[in-house]
Amino acid sequence: MSARTVVAWIIEGTWEATVDAAACAATPDRGETEVLLLAVVDAAVSEAVHGAFGGLFGRRGHDPGDAVAAQGVEGTHELLVQAEQRLDLPARREVRVGRVEREVVAACEHADLLVCSRDGDRSRLGPHSLGRHLRFVVDHAPCPVLLVWPDTSPDLDSIPPPPRHR
Amino acid sequence: MVISGGLAEAVALALLASVLVFAVMQPKGMPEAVVAVPAAGLTVLLGLIPPAEALQQAAQLGPTVGFLAAILVLAHLADAEGVFSWLGSWVAVGAAGRPGRLLALVFGLAALTTAVLSLDATVVLLTPVVFRTASTLRLRAKPHVYACTHLANSASTLLPISNLTNLLAFAASGLTFTTFAALMALPWLVAIGAEYVIFRRFFRTDLAGRGEPHPPPSGPVPWFALAVIAASLVGFGLSGLVGVEPVWVAVLAAAVLAARALLRREIGVIGLVRAADPLFSLFVVALAIVVAGVTGNGLGAALAALVPTAPEGVAPGLLTLLAVAGLAALLANVVNNLPATLVLLGALGPGLHPGLVLAVLLGVNIGPNLTYVGSLATLLWRRVLAGGEAAPTLREYLRLGALTVPVSLGLAVLALWLALTLGRGWLV
Repeated sequence: MSARTVVAWIIEGTWEATVDAAACAATPDRGETEVLLLAVVDAAVSEAVHGAFGGLFGRRGHDPGDAVAAQGVEGTHELLVQAEQRLDLPARREVRVGRVEREVVAACEHADLLVCSRDGDRSRLGPHSLGRHLRFVVDHAPCPVLLVWPDTSPDLDSIPPPPRHR
Repeated sequence: MVISGGLAEAVALALLASVLVFAVMQPKGMPEAVVAVPAAGLTVLLGLIPPAEALQQAAQLGPTVGFLAAILVLAHLADAEGVFSWLGSWVAVGAAGRPGRLLALVFGLAALTTAVLSLDATVVLLTPVVFRTASTLRLRAKPHVYACTHLANSASTLLPISNLTNLLAFAASGLTFTTFAALMALPWLVAIGAEYVIFRRFFRTDLAGRGEPHPPPSGPVPWFALAVIAASLVGFGLSGLVGVEPVWVAVLAAAVLAARALLRREIGVIGLVRAADPLFSLFVVALAIVVAGVTGNGLGAALAALVPTAPEGVAPGLLTLLAVAGLAALLANVVNNLPATLVLLGALGPGLHPGLVLAVLLGVNIGPNLTYVGSLATLLWRRVLAGGEAAPTLREYLRLGALTVPVSLGLAVLALWLALTLGRGWLV
């Protein structure tokens, strides 16, 4: 039997909780497990900078979009190294570039589990605790998803009361 | 050969279109002047504008492109002295790992950089620094980078030097450096405030989470460059009072920084010339002549008829200002804002009320955030050249523009109207 693959989707701001949950899910008593630390560089950001430079009609010189794209990949590699140190288990690192939600789903094609953290509003339980990309991934993931709260989860009181019916 | 009438207008428009298409496509990275200069030559040879007028255009634009070159050099040398990375480090410290605070600081920094060193500096020099700052703090970079690209446009209304469009209109406005700034201060603040409120809501999930704190920067403080920039601002303010053209203040500031960099062998003469971007200046002059050919042959009158101008000496009302700004914003999105400014100023003619000139500037400066890069043509071409792949990532950016531009432009025009009303008699 081949090893289980646990994909940990690393996002800035919430990555520690994801790594910790992935470490739990990958403990050796669950059988041989490979952890894939995955991060996606959002291509829209450098694209916007390319666009802004294009808007400076007739201006020569270096396109700052190139620098932003290169720095994006470099910074994300650094983040994954930091994540691997925290994980303290053997892991593979993968940086993808493109449309974040699509890339994550594609990376989960043969995965046995995807681990990720809620990346939105953490003050209350509810749909706003999931950002746009995460919402898409949860809806489309081709494998089980472990979705954790980055810190302690809010109280049940944070759910608004049900609407009153007559 | 001299042509006139409808044929002249058609030829003038074809010349302008070829200049714009070439500038958008940039085949093999060739300079825009390659087509713009021959097109300007044809404009004169075909009698679309009299040679004397072309010469006058070029002479009038002399100080403007001098100003532009000086500001480009100033920003480049400030960057070489480490001003932007130093500012980036302090923003990282101030943010204390909190994305909301980082956004507020980036808004302040991008607005000031744009106002003082022009939108070029924000796009080319500041944006990569802001991206690096966010990524060092382990925070999502998107809201902060988009703030830079948006504010490069919408915060470029404060000073004549903030945008080339302002420089082009500054002479036509008949205002001094200080009165320009005084009238635009409120619209500038209002536009930035509106953007900020919308950004906070639009990016509320991206602004969640916490990053890492950042230690204070350990490198040297770029005192010299900061002092030169501050002194040049004071100089701009005083220029109107002592009767010195503000272009000389910019040239002096650039010269001081350049002399120091040359003496310390941090830059060579070739590097300085490259920073001043003389081909860009040449392009601007040639473009102005080509546009004069268009506005002088019928289109100018047609556009002028669209604009509800007030009788001479009478301050324009709020509705007039809104209409003018809206038309300018629209035109800036169809063609780029540089030709849009030239076309509108040419069409509306000399002796325009300063309020109308400022309304045009609000439109051409804030408007470009509506489409991807302020030019539908550039947007479409980029899509084609990218093989359609880039298209999906545009949607969020376009949605953000559609939300921010009508609000910030509308409120900024309202603020301008207020400033004109309050300043009547002593500012205008």
